[in-house]
Parts: sequence; C-alpha cells; structure tokens
Amino acid sequence: MPSKPQRIELTMETLIESIALAEEVGVRVAAVAGFGEDDQYKIGLAVHEGVMNAFQYGNKQRRERKIHVVFELHVEKLVIHVVDQGAGFRLEDIPDPRDDENVLGDSGRGVLLMKAFMDEVDVLSSSAGGAELVMAKRHKH
Amino acid sequence: MSFRATSRDIGDVTVIDMEGRITLGEGSALLRDLIKEKLSKGRKKIVMNLAGINYIDSTGLGELVSGYRLVKSEGGELKLLNLTKKVTDLLQITKLYTVFDIHSQESQAVGSFSH
Repeated sequence: MPSKPQRIELTMETLIESIALAEEVGVRVAAVAGFGEDDQYKIGLAVHEGVMNAFQYGNKQRRERKIHVVFELHVEKLVIHVVDQGAGFRLEDIPDPRDDENVLGDSGRGVLLMKAFMDEVDVLSSSAGGAELVMAKRHKH
Repeated sequence: MSFRATSRDIGDVTVIDMEGRITLGEGSALLRDLIKEKLSKGRKKIVMNLAGINYIDSTGLGELVSGYRLVKSEGGELKLLNLTKKVTDLLQITKLYTVFDIHSQESQAVGSFSH
C-alpha cells in the first residue's frame, strides 16, 4: 500500500514578504525532495510567481486574507498548492504574453513561467471560493 | 542580495549598472524610478547592465518592458547588456529576447545607438 505523501503547509498573511518566504521554503523543500539546484531554482521561482499572484490578484494585497501553500512530497513528483481567498480565476483567461499583440503588455508572464518551469499547472476553485493553483514537478529518473 | 543600481555616462549614453534581484517589492519600483529620472534629465540612450542581476521575476520582466516602452515613447532607446544565463532563459521563454537589443560587450552596446 503506498504511504501517504509527506505534507508541509504554510499559512501566511497577505504581505509582500510572504512571497520570498514561500519561495525560500519551496527551494528547501525541493532540495529535501531530491531535486538538483537547477530544479530547486525553477520550483522556487514557480512558487514565487504563484504566491505573487495570490498576493496581488487573488487577495488584492489585503493583509487579513490568507495565502495557503501546501507542499506534497510524492514518490514520483512534488506537488504544490497555492490557495488564496479571492474571487478565483481561469487559466484560459490569462493572455499568452508571447502573442505579438501581448508581448509588450503587462499580463501573463507569471503563469507562462510557471508553465515553463513545472511539469503540470492547473487552477481549481478552492472550497472557500478563491483560486487553488496546483503545480507539480516530476522527478527525473 | 537587495537591488542596487548606479549609473555612469559615456558621452550621451547612460549605463545603469545593477545588482541583486529585480522582483515585486525588491528593485522593480526602484528601477522604474531610475529610468524616469534619467529621462527627466534628457538622458534617452540607456544601457541596462544586468551582469549583477542574479534573479528576476515576472514583475521585474514587466519593468524592463515598461522601461523599454517609456524610453521609446520619448524618442529614446533602451538596450540590455551582459545577461546571465538565467535572465537570458527567462527572456527567451517570454519571447522578450526578440524585443530587446541585447549585447554582451559594453563598447558594442554604447556604439549601437542611432545618431
């Protein structure tokens, strides 16, 4: 019977300092999970972008709102959840900043970087109504 | 390392030497203000030396783009110099590598402006 994955959970206030904090934890968890330095950087940046989105767009910089980050260490992959208390969003509504009409625009680069650096990226509606970003990075064997 | 920037003039070209991180809350706003300050002084040929930038996020990339647009709107040019591999990778992923004029040698960057 497969054992349950190890979970590390953070609950943070919506503060700008929470972004770097979550990123640092992400890098450390990635190291513990056995990822090399390059993947640790990529996972850290993906967490940074996800928490930054939660800070800015989900929770609208309102300190009293919480950002939950959950790391799950599965045998085959590291799964990361970033949950905010905002109105939710859909990945398909985010413009692709690589399109000619968007390349000098302001939106979409965070999601693009998460997709580039992680193997799986999805956005669900959290049970409390906000967005739940779910990302995963598979171990290379 | 926190964001730090200094600037120096080579003729009518301003080189902004940066180090640290360009992210939301660290460097992005400072970078924006620095470019605006240079433009307000009539310095419209700007080279951003990113040799010391070890980390940039999507907000930082957005500030590079905003700076590029602002300088261009004032009839100037903004170029990038000495990108690290990480920053190069991010510019390539976001297709911004095709937007900016990017150099690996300062003399080349300084000499490349329209006259």
